[in-house]
Amino acid sequence: MTAAIVQALLSHWRTHRLLLATLLIGIALATGLWSAVQAINAEARASYAQANAQLALGQFDELRDPAGDIPLSRYVDLRRAGWQVAAVLEGSYRVGGRNLRLMGVDMVAYPALPAVIDAEQSTNPPDPADILTAPGRLLVSPDLAPLLREQNALPPILTTTALPSDVILTDIGVAETLLNKPGAISRLVVLPDQPHVLPPLSEIAPELERVGPASQIDTAQLTDSFHLNLSAFGLLSFAVGLFIVHGTVGLAFAQRRGMIRTLRALGVSIRRLVWLILAELTLLALIGGALGLVLGFFLAGALLPDVAATLRGLYGAPVTGQMSLQPEWALAGLAMAVFGTLLASGHALWRLSQLPLLAGPGLQAWRSSGSRRGFTGIAGFALIVGGVVIYLSFGGLIAGFILLGGLLTGAALLLPLLLSFAISQLARTAQGPVAQWVWADMRAQLPGLSLALMALLLALAANIGVGTMVSSFRLTFVGWLDQRLTSELYVTATDNQQGREVSDWLRPQVDAILPIRSVELEHETGPLFLYGVVDDPVYRQNWPLIASASDVWDKTMAGNAVLINEQLARRANLWPGDDLQFSPARALKIAGVYSDYGNPTGQAIVSMQQLNLISPGVETRRFGIRMDPGRAAEMAQTLRTRFDLPRQAVVQQAAMKAQSLAIFEKTFVVTSALNVLTLGVAGFAILTSLLTLWTQRLPQIAPVWALGLNRAQLSRLELLRSVLLAALTACLALPLGLVLAWVLLTVINVQAFGWRLPMYVFPWDWIVLLLLTLLAAMIAAALPALRMLRLPPADLLKVFANER
Amino acid sequence: MLLSIDKVQKSYPGGRPVLRDVSLTLDHGQTLALTGESGSGKSTLLHLAAALDSFDGGEITLDGTPLSPLDDAGRAVLRRRSVSLVFQQFNLIPSLTVDQNLSFHARLAGNYDPTWGSHLAERLGLSDLLGSFPETLSGGQQQRVAIGRAMAARPKLLLADEPTGNLDETASANVLDLMLSLVVDTGAALLLVTHSQEIAARLDRRVHLAGGHIQ
Amino acid sequence: MNVRTLLVVLLFLFPVASWAQGYADLGGSAEGFDVPQRGYQFDFPKDHGPHPSYRIEWWYLTANLQGADGRDYGIQWTLFRSALKPAETQSWQSPQLWMGHAAVTTPDTHYFAERLSRGGIGQAGVTAQPFEAWIDEWRMAGLDFDALTLSANGANFGYNLSLNAQDPLVFHGDAGYSVKSADGQASYYYSQPSYAVEGVLHLPEGDVAVTGEGWLDREWSSQPLASDQSGWDWFSLSFEDGTKLMAFRLRGGRGDFTSATWIDAEGTAVALPDGSASFTSLETARVAGRDVPVQWRVTLPDRGVDVEVSALTPNAWMATRFEYWEGPVTVSGSHKGRGYLEMTGY
Repeated sequence: MTAAIVQALLSHWRTHRLLLATLLIGIALATGLWSAVQAINAEARASYAQANAQLALGQFDELRDPAGDIPLSRYVDLRRAGWQVAAVLEGSYRVGGRNLRLMGVDMVAYPALPAVIDAEQSTNPPDPADILTAPGRLLVSPDLAPLLREQNALPPILTTTALPSDVILTDIGVAETLLNKPGAISRLVVLPDQPHVLPPLSEIAPELERVGPASQIDTAQLTDSFHLNLSAFGLLSFAVGLFIVHGTVGLAFAQRRGMIRTLRALGVSIRRLVWLILAELTLLALIGGALGLVLGFFLAGALLPDVAATLRGLYGAPVTGQMSLQPEWALAGLAMAVFGTLLASGHALWRLSQLPLLAGPGLQAWRSSGSRRGFTGIAGFALIVGGVVIYLSFGGLIAGFILLGGLLTGAALLLPLLLSFAISQLARTAQGPVAQWVWADMRAQLPGLSLALMALLLALAANIGVGTMVSSFRLTFVGWLDQRLTSELYVTATDNQQGREVSDWLRPQVDAILPIRSVELEHETGPLFLYGVVDDPVYRQNWPLIASASDVWDKTMAGNAVLINEQLARRANLWPGDDLQFSPARALKIAGVYSDYGNPTGQAIVSMQQLNLISPGVETRRFGIRMDPGRAAEMAQTLRTRFDLPRQAVVQQAAMKAQSLAIFEKTFVVTSALNVLTLGVAGFAILTSLLTLWTQRLPQIAPVWALGLNRAQLSRLELLRSVLLAALTACLALPLGLVLAWVLLTVINVQAFGWRLPMYVFPWDWIVLLLLTLLAAMIAAALPALRMLRLPPADLLKVFANER
Repeated sequence: MLLSIDKVQKSYPGGRPVLRDVSLTLDHGQTLALTGESGSGKSTLLHLAAALDSFDGGEITLDGTPLSPLDDAGRAVLRRRSVSLVFQQFNLIPSLTVDQNLSFHARLAGNYDPTWGSHLAERLGLSDLLGSFPETLSGGQQQRVAIGRAMAARPKLLLADEPTGNLDETASANVLDLMLSLVVDTGAALLLVTHSQEIAARLDRRVHLAGGHIQ
Repeated sequence: MNVRTLLVVLLFLFPVASWAQGYADLGGSAEGFDVPQRGYQFDFPKDHGPHPSYRIEWWYLTANLQGADGRDYGIQWTLFRSALKPAETQSWQSPQLWMGHAAVTTPDTHYFAERLSRGGIGQAGVTAQPFEAWIDEWRMAGLDFDALTLSANGANFGYNLSLNAQDPLVFHGDAGYSVKSADGQASYYYSQPSYAVEGVLHLPEGDVAVTGEGWLDREWSSQPLASDQSGWDWFSLSFEDGTKLMAFRLRGGRGDFTSATWIDAEGTAVALPDGSASFTSLETARVAGRDVPVQWRVTLPDRGVDVEVSALTPNAWMATRFEYWEGPVTVSGSHKGRGYLEMTGY
């Protein structure tokens, strides 16, 4: 008996292949987009975790000197006092235009690193003597090896897969040579096994600070917000995809009403039918989900390189651009597909189980009524208010996202009410009977289309919101770069001595030489980079201050005050007038706060004299050089040859800007790809809704046709209706998108990155988006319109048939 | 001659003939009842006369215009201007109010007369229902709206397909009376499809259709 | 294995059987390192210091101690030096590597710790005059070699002791030239077998004041082992009559190689050739997953020695990166006394 019922149920799909395809595509799109984002996130997070494990980061306490490097003698002092510490010297190392992280560890004392174990378990294990004594060995990932092998001056290369792709691992003895920092140590790792008695740190090295693993820089934390953004996109796509599923399942059930009634009349219990249909839906969900996984895998593979580039560029987070297939990911994707399909079908299934045996409401009955529209409107309003209340009472990133979620879903639920209101207002202005009918008809169609239109609203709002944020970011960033990168050339000498030679040689030939000295300190909010600058009009004129006390530059240059970046200001809630504590003994008044985009860490600026007091002996190797921009390229070349400086040691401002902007372009690629995809899915949702409504359309259209409108006219009106609804939705999406952008810029950005961006609007982008939307709506309506055009009059006449 | 049907032939898409060489004429102001069993082709003949569908052979001339050369758009224009229809299922436009439904056809035809419209509404007892939507009306009320919609355009020819088929006896008599009196008052011709001999008897002429032929 | 494990292996004279083959290379050539020569004239205090041109070297102190309540203890303090190249530089890239081992053995527990360092930066090393040998905070130091202080710490133990030499240095083999195999591999080897020791042991249960006797071995070489040798059993025994015995057996595929030094009550040493001493395992104990002989019969017919040597506790396993057994023993039979036993290669 079950077999017979299954056969009857499934026979429906044979005659409704388009519907079946729509349903499967809907499930596949929902699952695919969601899974793609999940895969990207998982891949990136796995990369961070792997990198941290590979470098044994964030597992141990560390000792750091707030004033800079730790001298080797301090290490020996600590060791001879019993402290079991391992020395690390690290720094950025430029090879062939790439900034790599050179990490020199004391191979004898540092915790066993996977890379070292890996190298020594290879068929050709290195001799420890080679690693520990000159020239030493460099351990790198296989993709980095060719680049390094091209360099002549480097020690021999060993490859290992157990290292992040931007790290060179070597013994500290090699690192001090390559980084030109003999006897310097960046940090000391406190090893887990310490002797039973240990003199306190303050007796041996009072200048050192002990830092717990939690306050060391955590890549995962930094990039959390980026991934949260991606996740939100993924979930949005999933929701939009479910609108499609909801529509098609509803239609399929409506179409099968007669068959189901017959089956029940033949003695099949409703329980059994519901169970069988559940099984059928699960099967379809699994098929669609599997298709979605394939889609998601390729989509993620296509997007990952750009995401990886963004993460590397923006946060220095090590992410490889390669996808690997995880079974958990596939299972989670399928589970989401089944869960989503059943969620989207729940309503239809419930209605089916309530279906009376003999007669039921007609097709129209399964759409919602006017009173429900009012109810969803109230619910939508409540969600918006709830989101705002939660954000205002709790604050923080999560509350920020709850605010976003409340705004978006609330606005979506309000949409039918607003559209209905807008249409009735427009209908009043209608003169001709056809116009009147079109408006009235559109309003009547609203319930059936509202889910698809909600999907469109969300897609458009996200598009406008995220687009505005990213574009505002870029515009602000470009302006900020212009302000910040004021010098035409930036030179890095190999040491103090050469630094002096370079500046002596340059002085008569250029407008100004601005030494740049910096030191890494430790602040309660994380690492703090302190810069010393000399007084120059260029700072006073150009430095982008967002908050300042009076005489900000006079005070700072006199050594009485400090400027801090926005990230530090917001993180530590320090503003002009507050004190910035450098060490327990030293603090300076904050005179101003400047914007510092794209930088995850805290930063502060003091006068050069003040820097020398706080951190004596910092090298002056970097200079900004002000000169005629036209001569910059030539001067760069002269400097390189004259002082035998590597290419990367002399950077032109123009090149630096281009590089920074290139990173942002990658972000745009990912954002716009996701934007276009959500818009596409929303368009597809409109199509399915229109197809769903098709069977109900005939009784509404036939009388109009009979009264003298031809099919071509009706088909044009069909297109017009879809375009008008999309246009109205787009008009409502614009304010929502701007609110979304505002929330992203002033709430989410501040919480996640520590900076607040001014909002710029891009009306031209909206026009393009509107046109795209209208195009999508027209494409979505094209199929029903074509059907209308080709509809045989006989089908229309059936509406008037006496026996129904 | 207002309507002239000459040896018209029509087959279903499957090829089964519905009408074979049917001919009849109807003059201005005349009323004609078309009777026949279910499936005799009487509705199809009405649809052809209303320019709703094309036919396979013969010719139909409506108010001097031969229908066979017309395309979809041409037939639509003719429907708009020259005929009015009343169906068994009422077939009002559900998204429009009673008022809008009443005036819809006349305004489409471009000859809407508000005075005549309100007179009609009053006469059909719809004055209090003008703001309502069709789905809130009873069958009799809906059919009165349909008649009003048809007559508002002052058609030369009214085509009615079992207009009382879905109504109970009282409503049925009321609707028929109103329709016939309006036809008389406006001087329109009426082609009415019915299976009821009683109703047929109230019209000027009667034609019986059986097996696709006029009997 | 990682760098450190390799280092540890490098540092050891006698590898476990599985490493023996790999170590044939080390035994076979000296790669620019100096090699011990018969007839070498020791130069003190300089020779108490390091010899970077030799591949390996150690300062190895063991002591049998007693608490006020008569409870027996043993301690070990060892500093190994191993050179990757026969040179020294003052930087991280020094080829001199250092390893410290420290242990306290009680009748029921064995505490131990290990330290690694490289030379060149001052974290570990040895100076001859004044004498100081150190790695991290572990130190063995004094104005000269006869009066030293000794300290070491582990995660759960430590000690602070003073050492005072009672007798002159003893030179093993041919005036300090100690042959280690039938093929002629040899090392320089001398000892201070008679330190009077007193001080404090820091144990989890509390500090214990102790007194006793210590024995310090100094040895350096560059190619000390034969390719077939897989481990050794080394005894340093102090008898109640004031005589002492150092005896070892190198276990090899081609037969054992033994060597012994007899020290009379006045501190005069006599080297006894291969085959003079015999060693029989009487009882083994299951330690760290291996069967380790913890009771021995040692005979030296020339001197009328026929003793049973029993471990204070079988647990004296050094589970350091390179593992071995090192612990205090008691002696009974023809002679009574105490001493230390070291066993590798089990």
